Amino acid sequence: MDTPQSRLGPLHRSRRHRGDALFKGLTAAFAVLIVVILADMALEMARTSRASLAHFGWRFIRSTNWDPVREQFGALPFIYGTVVSSLLALILAVPISMGASIWLSELAPVWLKTPAGFLIELLAAVPSVVYGLWGIFVLCPFLRNVVEPLLGKTLGSLPLFQGPHQGFGMLAGGIILAIMITPTITSVSREVMKAVPNVLREGSFALGATRSEVVRMAVLPYARSGLVGAVILGLGRALGETMAITMVIGNRSEISASLFSPSYTMASVIANEFTEATGDLYLAALAEIGLLLFVVTVALNIVARLLVWRVARPT
Amino acid sequence: MKRRSLFVSLALLAVLALLGCDKKAQLTSEPGASSATPPAPENIALTGAGATFPFPLYSKWMSQYHTLHPTVQINYQSIGSGGGIRQISARTVDFGASDSPMTADEIQKAPAKLHHIPMTLGAVAVTYNLEGLTSPLRIASDVLADIYLGKITKWNDKRIVKENAGAKLKADDIAVVYRSDGSGTTAVFTDYLVKVSPEFKDKVGQGKSVKWPKGLGAKGNEGVTGQVKTTPNTIGYVELAYAAQNKLPVVHLKNKAGQFIEPTIAAVSAAAAGVDLPDTLAASITDAAGDTAYPISSYTYLLVYADLQNQKKGPALAEFLWWAVHDGQKGCAALNYAPLPPPVVAKVEARLKELKVGDKAALAGL
Repeated sequence: MDTPQSRLGPLHRSRRHRGDALFKGLTAAFAVLIVVILADMALEMARTSRASLAHFGWRFIRSTNWDPVREQFGALPFIYGTVVSSLLALILAVPISMGASIWLSELAPVWLKTPAGFLIELLAAVPSVVYGLWGIFVLCPFLRNVVEPLLGKTLGSLPLFQGPHQGFGMLAGGIILAIMITPTITSVSREVMKAVPNVLREGSFALGATRSEVVRMAVLPYARSGLVGAVILGLGRALGETMAITMVIGNRSEISASLFSPSYTMASVIANEFTEATGDLYLAALAEIGLLLFVVTVALNIVARLLVWRVARPT
Repeated sequence: MKRRSLFVSLALLAVLALLGCDKKAQLTSEPGASSATPPAPENIALTGAGATFPFPLYSKWMSQYHTLHPTVQINYQSIGSGGGIRQISARTVDFGASDSPMTADEIQKAPAKLHHIPMTLGAVAVTYNLEGLTSPLRIASDVLADIYLGKITKWNDKRIVKENAGAKLKADDIAVVYRSDGSGTTAVFTDYLVKVSPEFKDKVGQGKSVKWPKGLGAKGNEGVTGQVKTTPNTIGYVELAYAAQNKLPVVHLKNKAGQFIEPTIAAVSAAAAGVDLPDTLAASITDAAGDTAYPISSYTYLLVYADLQNQKKGPALAEFLWWAVHDGQKGCAALNYAPLPPPVVAKVEARLKELKVGDKAALAGL
């Protein structure tokens, strides 16, 4: 009888309802807005790229020839470059990020957790052009003088590590992306693991589990979907990254098995050529690359989600 | 309750601010204002967009001009030549800017007649990273084309050695660097290579972005410089102003007269003097005649409509252009741009006098 609601009276109640409705409507509008913007962008790109879609058809994604002077446009090298550099980045970044976030949330001494976490978040906020410049002046010379000769000597029989050592290329691109997405994945993963209820840990310890068993059997399975989200956030950043990667990847529209060879990504070619693109077909071709980037991003996200779910499924 | 009133006052403020903006926008974007304008001196805002290459010079000009004429505020966005041509064609800006002349197709698409006004001169310098050279590298024009075609691959190729007697050139591979972003710099550079090498014309062609047969692409002047500086045995090309500011080693190129010329402001102006400017005021001056002409030089243009239409903005723009090709030219050299040679200034003067607002000359006030 004496619940708070009944004491509020009719006026307050109706006002609260109105407020609730307003709140609900407002949040829904924001959610819809995001979808509308996304759809509008896709539509606009499809519209702009119509000339190229009609002119090249499927040849656009099969051809490797990108020649603005002769208006021949093929996007395969860019698709390849985007996919391979992002996957390379994930392969390098996911184990490091997972290890770092486990340490930060489970094993690190309490007085270190906050400053270390703060530093990692700081890294996530570094502008990409700074990473790019660091890539040009530090990473690429280091790769050319140390890493690539070493890889060539030891694993040179693999096609992945053949060819001249130039520093700039797919390897540099993948590494710079990995460095950029590691803080993102780490900081989200750490939050996710921190949210795992302590009773799970305590219960496992009570059953005699070691620290690594607690992490493997209690923390990781509970945090799984959040960790997938963290990885996909990282993947998204890698796929869309433009400035840093274009500064180190070599910007050649070629497909080569070797990680030492220069490559090119979809985001880079748009950023590089859009401002000075004249001619309708040229602009349409660049817009079609934007459209393809959309498609590839969605496809890779789905694949990554499926893959990570399967790998992380508890046995 | 307090909080609510705060919200209300904030909302009111926002509405007021919006209204204020709206009024301001109406004032400045008045199209073809009537002759019954108020007598008080009014602020005139001119906007332009286009080439990135002359941006440092333009922004210096615009701030200088604003100090001289406080009522005229010029705003320039360096979005690239292609964007400049698109925006002036759509009439979203008062003037455009481009490093390369508009193509026949672009001229045809513009809604009215546009004039090219040469503003200043620039050049492309070829830079390199070679150890143990005591004197600047000298390269003949066809040799440069063959390096970029991938036909000359070693630094001790006899065609390079021939011009650099006494230099210690080793059998190292030449690492070629080009601009990956579409740029006027690439347009000028390829314009030159196409002129000196028929094979380059066939295989690659001229443009702001081309399909390079060899090499690594770097973004912007700073990217090319970074790659050249950090990689031994490289060759690349950057704007002269950028090379000079960063004190990069530059190649002395063989010009049409057979002389090896260092890229300097004087050599660039000499190239412009060596080419007769046609009536369009747009001309390529690469591979120019003249003993002292540097062969990879170019004009950069502002694009304005022959009929400026707007009663207030038209005369202001014409007067700014007049100032820029006269007093403004004195500021060029400090920023490593070459001033227009006197015969070119005379031709630009004649063109500026032809600019109209409706049926009146835009420069009537001078």
